[in-house]
Amino acid sequence: MKGRALPPWLIAITAAVYAFLHIPLLVLVAFSFNDSKFVNWEGFTFRWYQELMEKDALFEALWVSLEVGIASTVLSAVLGTLLAMGLARHRFAGRTVMESLVYVPVVTPEIMVGVSLLLLFGWFRLDLGIDLPPMLKIIIAHVAFNISFVTIVVRARLEGMDRNLEEAAMMLGADEITAFWRVTVPQLWPGILSGALLAFTMSFDDYVITSLLTGAGSSTLPILVYNMAAKNIEPTINAISTVILVGTTLLIYASERLTRDQPLKH
Amino acid sequence: MLPGTVWLLAFFLIPLLFMFAASFLKPVTYGGVDAGFTFSHYLRFFEPNNLAILWRTVVYSLACTALCLLAGYPVAYVISVAGKWKNFLVFLTVLPFWTSFIVRTFAIMFLMRDTGVINTVLQALGLISEPLPLMPSVLAVMVGLVSGFLPFMVLPIYTSLEKLDPSLLEAAEVLGARPFARFTQVVLPLSMPGVVAGSLLVFIPSLGSFVTTDLLGGGKTVFIGNLVQNQFMKVGNWPFGSAASFVMMSMVLVAVLYYLRRRDQAQAMGA
Amino acid sequence: MLAPSPKVADFMAEPVVEFRNVSKSFAGQKAVRGISFHIDQGEFFSILGPSGCGKTTTLRLLAGFEVPDADGGEVRIHNEVVNHRRPYERKLAMVFQNYALFPHLSVERNVAFGLEQRKVPKAQIADRVRGALDMVRLDPKQYGPRPPAALSGGQRQRVALARALVLEPSILLLDEPLGALDLKLRKEMQLELMSLNRRLGITFVYVTHDQEEALTMSDRIAVMDNARVAQLAPPAEIYERPRTAFVAKFIGESNFCSGEVVAVEQGGLVVKRADGNLVAARGGDGRAIGDHVQISVRPERVELALPSEGPGGHNRLPARVRQVVYRGEMLHVRATLGDGSEMVAAMRNEGQLRQPVAWQAGTECAVTFSPDDARVLDEDPQ
Repeated sequence: MKGRALPPWLIAITAAVYAFLHIPLLVLVAFSFNDSKFVNWEGFTFRWYQELMEKDALFEALWVSLEVGIASTVLSAVLGTLLAMGLARHRFAGRTVMESLVYVPVVTPEIMVGVSLLLLFGWFRLDLGIDLPPMLKIIIAHVAFNISFVTIVVRARLEGMDRNLEEAAMMLGADEITAFWRVTVPQLWPGILSGALLAFTMSFDDYVITSLLTGAGSSTLPILVYNMAAKNIEPTINAISTVILVGTTLLIYASERLTRDQPLKH
Repeated sequence: MLPGTVWLLAFFLIPLLFMFAASFLKPVTYGGVDAGFTFSHYLRFFEPNNLAILWRTVVYSLACTALCLLAGYPVAYVISVAGKWKNFLVFLTVLPFWTSFIVRTFAIMFLMRDTGVINTVLQALGLISEPLPLMPSVLAVMVGLVSGFLPFMVLPIYTSLEKLDPSLLEAAEVLGARPFARFTQVVLPLSMPGVVAGSLLVFIPSLGSFVTTDLLGGGKTVFIGNLVQNQFMKVGNWPFGSAASFVMMSMVLVAVLYYLRRRDQAQAMGA
Repeated sequence: MLAPSPKVADFMAEPVVEFRNVSKSFAGQKAVRGISFHIDQGEFFSILGPSGCGKTTTLRLLAGFEVPDADGGEVRIHNEVVNHRRPYERKLAMVFQNYALFPHLSVERNVAFGLEQRKVPKAQIADRVRGALDMVRLDPKQYGPRPPAALSGGQRQRVALARALVLEPSILLLDEPLGALDLKLRKEMQLELMSLNRRLGITFVYVTHDQEEALTMSDRIAVMDNARVAQLAPPAEIYERPRTAFVAKFIGESNFCSGEVVAVEQGGLVVKRADGNLVAARGGDGRAIGDHVQISVRPERVELALPSEGPGGHNRLPARVRQVVYRGEMLHVRATLGDGSEMVAAMRNEGQLRQPVAWQAGTECAVTFSPDDARVLDEDPQ
């Protein structure tokens, strides 16, 4: 297949698809620098970004999103990694059931996760008298949703790993715990990192579950953006969107550099 | 591994079971459930307006899947033969997947609404005098769904094309197959696992979507997800909302079972 | 009798490894059933067998990755029962089949790993790592800082060896260590491993499915079949006096014939084949007249004669040449006996172009062999 020129129509389709995916975002970014409240171009400006800086609600939402994102990422990374190791390395009764339990959240629409937890927390409140703080509810929900993704990513990495490596470490005098930290974990790092990154973006980006669980209550960044988008007047939303876009792109790029398999430096 | 399992049980599986139970109970005004078994919430799906919602959800989701396949397969193929451009194209493909869903939806609104970029430009050029009714519309919903889920289609297909052994194509060529035959008889069948997996990954979130339909479709494209959200957040009929969720889940299940059967068939063939 | 070499004298010492009636099952399936053997200090001991025969399980039982069944006997190292000792408590070293080099550590760090576990002072570690790499003939300066992925197969093999030897173990386990190398490199490494064994006085326990490798390198070979040790002996004895049909077939090639015992002699038997011909063979202690036995003869011990030539009597079977197979340094002449069975005679190739052998397909002949070269086989255990 190599060295053969692609037919032009195939290249045209591909270019059109990428245009379709990316042009809306590029237009959005361009207009975030437009010195007009409307869509007609009136010159370059940073004024929407300056306005952003003065919005306290925005920084509060950003802070909430970061807290939720980091807490749920750490929790789901740890729990998901342990679960992946258990599934990949041990044979036990009920293993297939547990495996299905891991895969079900992946194919369950987010809205179901949201409303079912809404029911659970409603029961907590009405019948048990426990009213969890909104942020805790969101974190619980995000972890429930993200464990599976971390488990699947880490497990794929584990399966590609040579089992003999741990045995080799033990033959060289390392006990199980040393072998785990000095051999298994370094091998798994790229998997754990990409699982965690996936978890973080899904948590940071989540509108559906958060909006169902907290209503108008504690506001994360996506909820704030949604409310602005639904009202659809303020030009600052272009600026926020641009900041989010640039932020995620940098994050993805950095993680790609970080997790790429590269020869180790001495 | 225990804490992870407990978490999944407590905050994923048990809530679903709760909701399943709730779907047979009596509603309480403004949220909550009351004792008493009833099947009536499920029977409501045979009412014409609810049937229409179900039908629309399935048809639009299938259409979205088909569009993603048509647009995604060529892209996946191009990436798989792109040589040194491969990493860059993969990056371009996954980028939208990582960027905020709400931001992407807003970007489409920004282009398509009455005062959006497209209408403004067309009016400035004098091509139209009144804004085109681009949004809210079915078209806008499709644009939103397809641009949202396209990466899910491209990546699995790309992965299965990437695994394809180039010597198989050379073998086909030596045996006299022309490019079109090589594609239909070698490349396409061997990439079916990716096509089926990608279709599942597009179809399922599409079935469950409600934000896209809400923002881009207005009231014109009510999906079952909108119904669920309405029952829980506005109407307050939790049992009916729960029943609607499980109707949605049953459609997902049908799709997953179909996928598993196809996969097992493929494995039985030794593909 | 030969005078005992220094190595044979060592055999008198206490065994370093001992298996006493060891069994191991997986899910009810016996992977190793009641095997017993001992390995002596400094010995090059090979465990040879086809895949699934239990050789890898045996090695893993010795390494400590598997624990014998509850009633599954004893594994002893230096006369101490180690059944439940973890691998890192056994002070063995091992070279793995795919080397199992840690991909995230450089060559030096791989070799240093075991020393670090043993809390060897840092200053010593650097010296010993360098020494170990020198021993396997890898330049420490050049290769030490590299990641394993940047090495060739043969170099990785050497690193794996250095990583094991740096610990100065008294016993080194090797699990098919040469399997991934090409033929030339394999031959080279065989000689190198043998010389390391002799020079360092370390006991080698070597698992392989390659019979030629085992014959070349070993002091003794345990041939395993169906979870048991089929024969345990030095290479020459394994080859020249195979105990069972399995051993005769697995190591080298063999001709088989069978019949009923008609006479029991000193150190041998006379057997009557179904076609009435008599065959005399060595071995077969404890067999009685009327027993049905199987006999094996190596092809290079079989000779062909014209029907009119050569001695008569026992071990002369009329046959017809079916095919002459050209194998380079040898020629294999396949002949069909009266009862339809086949025997192969291997003969040196004296130059087919200059002096072609007289045998051609269809030639009438007689297959002959000395009774000393024919072995009565034990039954394969079920």
